[in-house]
Amino acid sequence: MNYGLLKAKGWEFGRPHSGWHDLVAVAIVLTTVGLLSFGARGMVAPLAAHPTPVSLSPAALPLDCLRTILRMLAALFASFLFTFTYATLAAKSRRAEMLLIPLLDVLQSVPVLGYLSFTVLYFVALFPGNVLGPELAAIFAIFTSQAWNMAFSFYQSLRMVPNDLDEVSRSFRSSAWQRFWQLEVPFAMPGLIWNTMMSMSGGWFFVVASEAIEVGDFRVSLPGVGSYVARAIEQRDLAAIGWAIVAMTVTIALYDQLLFRPMVAWADRFRFEQSAAETAPRSWLLELFRASRGLAPVGERIQMRLRGIARLRLLPPGMARRLTPWSPPRRAADMAWMGVILAAIALGGWELQRAARAALAWSDLAAVAANGALTLLRVVVLVLLASVIWVPLGVAIGLRPKLTAIVQPIAQFLAAFPANLLFPLAVFLIVRYRLEPRIWLSPLMILGTQWYILFNVIAGASAYPSDLREAAASARVRPWRWWVNVMLPGIFPFYVTGAITASGGAWNASIVSEAVSWGPTRLSASGLGAYIEQMTQAGDYPHIALGIGMMSLLVVAMNRLLWRPLYALAERRTRLD
Amino acid sequence: MRPMSSTDKALVLELRKVCKSFARPRATPLPVLEGIDLGIAEEEILGLLGRSGCGKSTLLRIAAGLIKPTAGQVLYRGTPLAGPAAGIAVVFQTFALYPWLTVERNVELGLDALGLRAEEAQRSARAAIDLIGLDGFQSAYPRELSGGMRQRVGFARALVSDPTLLLMDEPFSALDVLTAETLRTDFLDLWLEHRLPTKAVLMVTHNIEEAVLMCDRVLVLGSSPGHVAAEIDVPLPHPRNRLDGAFRNVVDEIYSILTARLAASIGAQGGIHGGRVQPLPAVSVSRIGGFLEALAARTSSGACDLADIAGALSLAVDELFPIAAAVHLLNFAELTEASIKLTAAGRVFAQSGIDARKRLFSEHLLRFVPLAAHIRQVLEEREDHRAPRARFELELEDHLHPDQSEHTLLAIIGWGRYAELFTYDDDERAFALK
Repeated sequence: MNYGLLKAKGWEFGRPHSGWHDLVAVAIVLTTVGLLSFGARGMVAPLAAHPTPVSLSPAALPLDCLRTILRMLAALFASFLFTFTYATLAAKSRRAEMLLIPLLDVLQSVPVLGYLSFTVLYFVALFPGNVLGPELAAIFAIFTSQAWNMAFSFYQSLRMVPNDLDEVSRSFRSSAWQRFWQLEVPFAMPGLIWNTMMSMSGGWFFVVASEAIEVGDFRVSLPGVGSYVARAIEQRDLAAIGWAIVAMTVTIALYDQLLFRPMVAWADRFRFEQSAAETAPRSWLLELFRASRGLAPVGERIQMRLRGIARLRLLPPGMARRLTPWSPPRRAADMAWMGVILAAIALGGWELQRAARAALAWSDLAAVAANGALTLLRVVVLVLLASVIWVPLGVAIGLRPKLTAIVQPIAQFLAAFPANLLFPLAVFLIVRYRLEPRIWLSPLMILGTQWYILFNVIAGASAYPSDLREAAASARVRPWRWWVNVMLPGIFPFYVTGAITASGGAWNASIVSEAVSWGPTRLSASGLGAYIEQMTQAGDYPHIALGIGMMSLLVVAMNRLLWRPLYALAERRTRLD
Repeated sequence: MRPMSSTDKALVLELRKVCKSFARPRATPLPVLEGIDLGIAEEEILGLLGRSGCGKSTLLRIAAGLIKPTAGQVLYRGTPLAGPAAGIAVVFQTFALYPWLTVERNVELGLDALGLRAEEAQRSARAAIDLIGLDGFQSAYPRELSGGMRQRVGFARALVSDPTLLLMDEPFSALDVLTAETLRTDFLDLWLEHRLPTKAVLMVTHNIEEAVLMCDRVLVLGSSPGHVAAEIDVPLPHPRNRLDGAFRNVVDEIYSILTARLAASIGAQGGIHGGRVQPLPAVSVSRIGGFLEALAARTSSGACDLADIAGALSLAVDELFPIAAAVHLLNFAELTEASIKLTAAGRVFAQSGIDARKRLFSEHLLRFVPLAAHIRQVLEEREDHRAPRARFELELEDHLHPDQSEHTLLAIIGWGRYAELFTYDDDERAFALK
């Protein structure tokens, strides 16, 4: 994937080099490798030897952060692996596609923390007596927050490979392997990296939530920022929470600077538009490596190797010569395949309802539905509220380029910041002033995801064509008409994108935000999230499943009935051709 | 007619009775090419000329092994072609460069299938880059290059594997006039000086002068379904001069063949279903108006050579023919041989103001375009005076290619709106009376 990562663009000759370039670059590489290997050793320690009480001293935080970062990296790696295999299979085989894509749709709508309750015991049983089990469970939780998104993005890119490039690759008889690395992956890269960044933002939220796991009688807390905060909540230590927030801020900034910034700057070459970009994204780290005389040759060598691998044929040449066969679609075989899938679903459904009969009553369904309605109401009200606040502000900011340059990174940072670190502060206030939890706990749901609305609206407003603005200005359009007819339709597609993410995130957050605690005090706002959380604590699997099923259903319904039509409308309305 | 190679040299590629049809969801397969016989001989540049939609690009892709014909045989050096083969390379209209690879890597891509060692690949790529005049641009990315330079990369990538047969799909049509001319000349020089490893070239084009300038032989393709309509030898010596009388004669000959076919096809297609499923060219009313004005201004008689008017308005054949077809259909002008002549109505239209034009257009639309009258009638018969687009789309698609039906609807919507015969609501995808 990263052949060319360290590629010197050819302009390093004749460029003044100073020793410090090399020094800094080497120092960064060594520190990173050293820290990662040090942290990785802790992930396979036996469970018993593991000191359970987490220290609340700020000195413990750097190490905790390191462990959290490692989990994120491991999940990221797993997500890429999943993306490249699952999405490729779905895009290449029509039959696989019939099964995999609807499945992905379902997987995507299940709340991320819902997976955790089910998988943690499985992973623990996989490595009994070792931290690796819970570690894997936490990593899996993060994985579930990004993998589906990434796979969808990759799948869509694979389906949209431009016809002429496809023909070039075929006419030069590239093998499937060559084609994958030379055409498909590069073409999909910008979208994939963007999606990775977006889901990574959500990832911080879930890594924090999944480090202190409590399912029924099973309790484990993995060293990390999340369990540090959990411990701080137990001990009502507001200062420790402050430290955790500082540490998380530093961590996210480092992640952005050391991983994503270089990745985005590097991936800029894969943009498909053939025109030169107005402003190419830059990264000081990438430039540092490219300018370093010591590391450039190493990078060059790695790059040569990787390119060599990408150029391997890995196939007898005859295999690549097959034509896309011209024949009418094989109806009968498709029907049979469809039949097999439907039979499997029916069988699963039958088993499920038998199990459900034994454990659940009809009254449970009513309770879940009522709770679901409450959470649905919260999501709708909060998204509306956030829109009313952030759309005008976002437009105001987006139309001022200087302000945009300052606010946009902050908004993106806030979107990535795990809002659950801030929950204790809010809970503290609610407890202190005896506020009604059903109302005042609600805003926590959207605390972290409202920023998606803000930064998408900013992006939309700053991309608004200046001639259209000037036309409105010269016609002296009245303020009301200006909003309704000029500005809002223009940013509508951007707004919809942001609102979809915000509402999806709010559903996910409800599981941790509707039931919170501060020391021994427990607050519950009722609602579906609180229901799932309560059942998870009790270890009541049938009810967890029921709650998660209802939430998935509501998410799917909202997507299908509200967001998709809105998105389609937005797309149609803003096209000129 | 069975066009064979004019020389008795060995055939590099031969197509025998090649047919191609595309499957349609609810209908019988749609034929695009029918009974194509052609041979490309060594030392020959063969041109394929035709209007857009006549299947010439499909034909090139069949020759490249990218598409499999529905029936018939493709022989490359005497053996059946089973897919993209070593020795056949393609130059694309859109350049089709990988934006994430440098010029050099893009060119090396042409060698991937050979499994060469890295140094060898690099050496060959450098040689091809040199040959095509891209020296100094090796490390540039395509987006840094101008259109002409991009297409040079396209040529270098095709030539790097020393192909025997070079297939070119409108290679110069995405370039501006000057750049295209330079690149054409450079390519011809390399070809004529035998500095290319290539034995034969097949070029698809819609530019008549380009075909006459470069090709030894030109096949004119007719449409619906595509077939070889005429074969013209171009025995002129190189370098050829566009102003030369002999050159002009060949150009005029091709023009008159194409025009005759255009006029005939309009007449022929009008017969089915009372003309309701006749394909319409998607030409805007302003183009029609501009064209009629230009015709009226050029000559007092309103008659004019198509080649002349194409030159004067700098319109490519692909742009000119749809307009000519539209004015002919609407009876504002008449196509004959290689010339076009304004009708009385056409002259009035050219000289009228906005309202008179609308009235005249509306009258001609109802009288000469059966589809317009048909839509109008359906709308009048319905109680709510509305009809979904799908109602007419389905009728059209039974007889036309999906693209054609799309164009036809686009045309009739634009014309009907201008003539104020009916309105169209794109949100609801429905026609309505005003």
